[in-house]
This record gives sequence, C-alpha cells and structure tokens, in this order.
Amino acid sequence: MIDPAARQAAPDLDHAVSRRVFLGAGLGVSGALLVGFYVPTSGASTVKSAVFAPNAFIRIDREGKIVLIMPQVEMGQGIYTAVAMILAEELDAAFDQVMLEAAPPNDKLYANPVFGIQVTGNSNSIRAFWMPLRKAAAGARAMLVQAASQIWKVDPAGIRTENSTAIHDASGRHLAYAALIDRADGLAPPKDPVLKDPKDFKLIGKPLKRVDTPGKVNGQVVYSIDVMPPGVKFATIAACPVFGGKVGHIDDSKAKTLPGVRQVVQLDDFVAVVGDHMWAAKQGLAALDITWKEGSNAAISSADIWKKIRTASEQEGVVAKNVGDAAKGLTQGELHEAIYELPLLAHATMEPLNCTAHVTPTSCEVWVGIQILPRAQAVAAKVTGLPLEKVTVHNQLIGGGFGRRLEIDFVEKAVLVAKQVDGPVKVVWTREEDIQHDIYRPAYLDRLSASVANGRITAWKHRITGSSVMARWLPPAFQKGIDIDAIDSAVDMPYDIANLRVEYVRDEPFAIPTGFWRGVGPNNNVFAIESFIDELARKVNKDPVAFRRELLDKTPRLRAALELAADKAGWGSPLPPRTGRGVAVQVSFGSFIATVAQARVDEHGEVRVQRLVSAVDTGIVVNPDTVIAQLQGGLTFGLTAALYGNIDIDNGRVRQSNFHDYRMLRINEMPQIEVHLIKSGEVPGGIGETGATAAPPALGNALFAATGIRLRRLPVDRDVLSGRKPA
Amino acid sequence: MINLRINGELKSVDAPADMPLLWVLRDVLGLTGTKFGCGIAQCGACTVHVDGNAVRSCVLPIGAIGERAITTIEAVGTTPDGARVQKAWLDLEVVQCGYCQSGQIMSASALLRATPHPDDADIDAAMAGNICRCGTYVRIRAAIKKAAQAV
Repeated sequence: MIDPAARQAAPDLDHAVSRRVFLGAGLGVSGALLVGFYVPTSGASTVKSAVFAPNAFIRIDREGKIVLIMPQVEMGQGIYTAVAMILAEELDAAFDQVMLEAAPPNDKLYANPVFGIQVTGNSNSIRAFWMPLRKAAAGARAMLVQAASQIWKVDPAGIRTENSTAIHDASGRHLAYAALIDRADGLAPPKDPVLKDPKDFKLIGKPLKRVDTPGKVNGQVVYSIDVMPPGVKFATIAACPVFGGKVGHIDDSKAKTLPGVRQVVQLDDFVAVVGDHMWAAKQGLAALDITWKEGSNAAISSADIWKKIRTASEQEGVVAKNVGDAAKGLTQGELHEAIYELPLLAHATMEPLNCTAHVTPTSCEVWVGIQILPRAQAVAAKVTGLPLEKVTVHNQLIGGGFGRRLEIDFVEKAVLVAKQVDGPVKVVWTREEDIQHDIYRPAYLDRLSASVANGRITAWKHRITGSSVMARWLPPAFQKGIDIDAIDSAVDMPYDIANLRVEYVRDEPFAIPTGFWRGVGPNNNVFAIESFIDELARKVNKDPVAFRRELLDKTPRLRAALELAADKAGWGSPLPPRTGRGVAVQVSFGSFIATVAQARVDEHGEVRVQRLVSAVDTGIVVNPDTVIAQLQGGLTFGLTAALYGNIDIDNGRVRQSNFHDYRMLRINEMPQIEVHLIKSGEVPGGIGETGATAAPPALGNALFAATGIRLRRLPVDRDVLSGRKPA
Repeated sequence: MINLRINGELKSVDAPADMPLLWVLRDVLGLTGTKFGCGIAQCGACTVHVDGNAVRSCVLPIGAIGERAITTIEAVGTTPDGARVQKAWLDLEVVQCGYCQSGQIMSASALLRATPHPDDADIDAAMAGNICRCGTYVRIRAAIKKAAQAV
C-alpha cells in the first residue's frame, strides 16, 4: 500500500535530511502496520510542515499518521519490530497503526551510540538505543501532553495518554495526537522526560508479531536483489581468483556474440559482463577468456597461514588484562596448557552479494542491503566523484547480514560498473564469487594455560592470536596494539580467578581479507575458554557443571543460567553409549547464557547433535519471541560452523565455492532446541550473536563426553572422532 | 518464443530454450519472489511448483517445461496447501531474514499436497534441500506440522 500523502508531503522537517525517502509499497497484508520499500520522493514539498517531528525518530501528521524512523537495519533479527515497540510504548501510540520508515544515511542523527556511526551490528541495537529511543518517545509524549494542557487549560499532571490520544479524565475530554501537533510543534522538548515504570509497559515484554514478516511469505518483499528500476540491466562479476591479483588480458570476442550480452566492463581487479538478464551475464562471463596477473599471493596456502599464525602465537602479546600475578600463579599447582584453533569462515548469506546502481554525470542512485549505510553513500561518492548529496542510497530489507554487509566492497564494485553502463545496472555476485571473495572470519589461535591446586584454578593465561578486523574497519578501536573486539569475552571472562592475564597478538593472514562474522570476537574466546575450563574440570575429576558453578560466585546471573540449563537438560541423567552432554557458559554482549548440548558419535565419527538447551538472562526483553528466535538461529549458525565451517586457501585462492563444499546444516541434521528465558529487570543485553558463540564449545564438550576425545580445532574432524586419525 | 503457463496465465517469452526458469521468472517477467541462492540446485531458494511438484528453477531450462503448469510463491497462496503453509509460517513466526522462505514455503506446500500428514522423516526428506542460514529450521518443522493439522 503506497501512502500517497507521505510521498507528496515530504516535509522538510529537519535539519540534516534534505531529501527524504518514504517507505511506500506496504508489506502489511495482514495488518495495519505498513513497512515497505523506498519510493524516492520527487523533492522537497513547498507545503509548510504539517508534521510534528520532535526528534529524528518520530513524525506525526495532522491526519494522525505516526511514522517511526528505524535507525537500525532489518536483516531478519526483528529489530524493526523491537524499535517500533520501544517507541510506541513510551509514546503511547497505537501500535497497529504506526508506519515504519528506514532512516536515511546520517551519522549525526542515527549513529549507534556505542560506535558513533550509523551501523547495525555486534548485537548492539537494543543495548545502544534502549534509552535514547525511550527518551525520544517519552519526550514527544510530554510535548503532546503539554499541548493538550494548554488547549484545555488544565494541569498536565491530570492528562494521561493511550492509543495515540491525550485524555483528561476529570473533564472527560480527549484529543487525538493528530489534533495536538500544531500546538506541540512550537514547544521545547523536555530535557529529562519521565520514563514509564517497567511495570506499566503494555508492549515491551509481550511476544508481538513481527512487522516485516507478512511480505516475506508471499514473495512481495523487495530485497536489493529484487529491485527493478526501469531499464535496469543485469551484470555479474569475476574478481581475480588470487587475492590481490589484477586483470591482465581479456578476450571477449566469443562472449560478445552470445544473445543478451550487452557489454564487457574491464576494471583493475575484476571483470563484469552486462546483459539483458543474469543468465546472459553468467553465460557471457563464462565465455570470457581472461588472463589474470595473479601477483605475489599466488603461492599462499592454508598451511602457510597456519604456520604463520602458530609462529606469531609463540611470542609474547600485548597485555590486554593483567590481574594479580599470573606468571607466579602458574608455577603454583599443576600446570595445564592447550591450544585451540578456529578456521577462516565465509558468511554465505542466503541473499548473494548484490547492489544496483545508476550513475549519471550529475547523480548516483544506489539500491543495496547494507549494515552500514553512510559508508555505502560515501564510497559511491568517492567512486563517482560526486558530492555526497548527489548520492542517494536506498537501503532494502536484507537477506542475511552476519557481518558481511558491514563491508562496502560490493557497493564500490557495483558503482564502478555502473559508471560505464548507460542506465541502471544490477550487479549480482554468483554464489561462487560470494564464497571465494568474501571478507572472512579471521582464523584464530588461542593459547591457554592454567594451574590448578586443591581443585581450584590459581592462575589463568590466555593469549589470543589472529588478524585485527578493527584495525582496518574502525581504527580508533585498535589502540596500542589491541583489537577490542578480538579480546571481547576473554578480558571479561566470567570465572573468579585471582591471577589472570590476557594477551593479544595481531597476525594477518597475508592478503586474505578478514571481517566481522556473527559472534565476532567472542567466537574464538568463548570456544577456547569453555573448552579449556572443561578440560580443567576433567583433570581434577570434577563434574563440568559443578566445577563452573564454584567459580561463578561473583557472577550470580550466569550461575543461575547454568543451573537452569543443567536442570532443563537433565544434566547427570544416564545416556546411551557414545552419547554425551557438554556445557558452555558465556557473558557476552551483555547477556548471560548457559547452553547444554547432547550429541551422539557413531563408530565412523559421524556426529548427531540431538538436543541443545539454552538458559538466557538478557535483562529486560523487548520481544520475547524474537529473543527465542535469535537463540534458535544463532545456535544453528554456531553448530553449522562447528560441524562444517572451513575455508581453505590453495595457491592464493579459496578452494570452496558453493554449498556442496561449503556446507550448511540442514533440517534433517537439526537437534531439538529449547530456549529458556530468565526474567530480569536489568538493562537489555544483546542477543543476535550469542547462540553462534554458545553452540561450538557446548558441542565440543559433548563430543568429549561421548568419546573421550578432545577436539581443539574446528570444524569437527570425523577421522579424529572415529580414531582413524590422532587428536 | 517459448510459451509458459505461469500462475494460471500463458506467457510468451523471448528467451533461449536453455535459460533456466529462475532467470525468466525474475529478470524477464519480474516475478522476483523466487530467489537466486546458489545456481546449482543446492539450496532450494529458487523452488517453484511444476504440476504441483517442487522443482529447483535455477537448473530447469524453460525449453523442458512444455505445457506443464508453473506456480510461484506469488500465487501459491491461492492453493489450499500454500495458504495453509503461509498461515502457519506467520502464526509460528518462522521467518527471520526471509530470503530462503519462498523456497521453504514452496517445498512445504508441495510436501503437504503429496503427504497431507507428514511425519518427521517425511519432513526431513522433503525439506533437506532447502537451506536456511538464519536457522529457522525448528520453526519450519513445527509450522509444517501445524499446517498439516489444518488439513
């Protein structure tokens, strides 16, 4: 449902956003809540503002339409619904009537308060925006109440609000917000608006239906890959298979004879074929005879990468945390050491990378699904040489992000192609290109040592070695040799140990680009810590749950989660042969989570994960069903990585290419999953990443319980589990 | 020109016979609900019905279809099985990013047409060709069972 009023009015509300785009074509087929796709307005209206816009997140017009602006992008995590719930809660807006609009690129208005830039990631949306959104909505509500009090000449304290209406019970009067906006418009927003007492929440904490899903079950939703500007052509690309290589020579004589092939675009390090449809583009690309200049990385292999990282991990790292005297502590008691290794991983979002761009001498229009909108706009401006305000970016709902769409390489490539194409062009990566030119989850090596005396850990040392994503992606977060993401969940590990030292060694895998991947820094740290603590428990012949519980006196929320997960999983009850349970706990992204995995290993080393039980304390929950869904999904994501995830490098190229050799967990391999939410009044934690970090160590520990074989390297090696190969 | 029967309408398409149905649907006819995921029938995102059976359109040349009836996600809701599946999907809030869900729903509705009351093994067999990267599998299984109860 396109909202014509919204498209025409385009009020020049604020401040920094001159060209506003509205969500039009509605997804709300089964409800009144309208979410949609960008319909660019034809420019600012000359009509004087008929809209109350007290801040960057809320607009109310005279017809009573309430538009909530989404500062975070929707990629399946349910954030549109949660943000709308928070705003509607404090605004007392009728939830089933609000409209949602994606925020335009604007770091000033829509920066994630944690990062200072407009980005969606690190399970940070609710954590970062919880108070700012509540205050914005409560402030708007206070202004509307004040407007009503002026109209009625009554004390604002006697006015309450509900369903987008101000009500004065004493006199029986009421006015819809729409009737108050002219008066409210001139008022100053309160500095410190009064927030609701959580016990009065009507929306927050209820399992509401998601607003973005109806259009996703009937084919109506438009991801960026579905955008069809009039006259659009279709392109697909091939980058030099060797990282860092360039295009040498191209013979396109055969490709150009194919029906539907329109153009071959040669760039410095990749080639694009443009056609009437993707099939023509693919056929054309396959028909090109390309000679690559492979460059200096053409001999690199996984073995070289592992040799390099292992060597680097032997040197002392930069100290990220130092409590007590770990060196001395390690000499007291029995010393244990272990090394854990995690491979490079691709993201493999179901929506392959794509971006549509239309470049003219005076403008650039980009359609993309991206987690970092302002950088997409900036790179398009850089590539075209146009000023920023001439670049319009339409952010679409995203068919999977997982960190891949925190990067802008695919936007840059699309705009480079579009510069040479007349009219709009949609650049779609094949799955092969998507897997082989990802920006990979770093390979990590975690070196742990601890000493144990009288059944207690006296000292703990953790050295993390891996590439630094932050040094490239957000340099201020890489200070004095420390990547704050890479040490996350290691420097703040939950166990009470008197002598603790965490070190970080940065080691880059030659020219292989690395980036954020669901679970980010805690990926390796939670795996290493929870595997190692399990090993220590076994060394001292203690039950893994009991051993952890003793160390969690100072982290009662995690201890409670551990006890609940153990209880629900039937911890300690007998299991058949070759079947085991493993536990893992974590305090990551502000959430306290314990997970028990149950798995069986057959004589061939094949693993059947039977059950995953997670207990979660993530503070105040906005939409409980979304939290459960994120856990279910995150655990599956983590299991996929643990069981299959691996990117190998041969001769400077990625060996894997599609889902046959970069495998995903499928429905027939799924365990039963149970998620138990713990009621909490604490500030909300993050949740999207957490399942991904929880599943691998819980599984590894279950496999040890089942077989007595400890896997210190992922993915799971069936040859090791079957005994065909030494651990 | 190749004639195709898509969602009850006859469409004449000027495209080569070896062109996979996926790209005809998406790029020629603008039916973008059917998704590209892998191009080699490994992920199921492109699943459509041909005479009611689930087929991977990314490897189905249009020249091989003939008179058979093609149904896509845009029209599956007009079939009883498709409508039941879509409703169950929303009732149980299956969807996350949603990109794979067109294919999941097409596979699930073809399953219910052939096997109105599937057990877990039936669901595994019919749905194992559809990858979901968000990990909605537990809800997909539950939603298929719920849709089957409505039969």
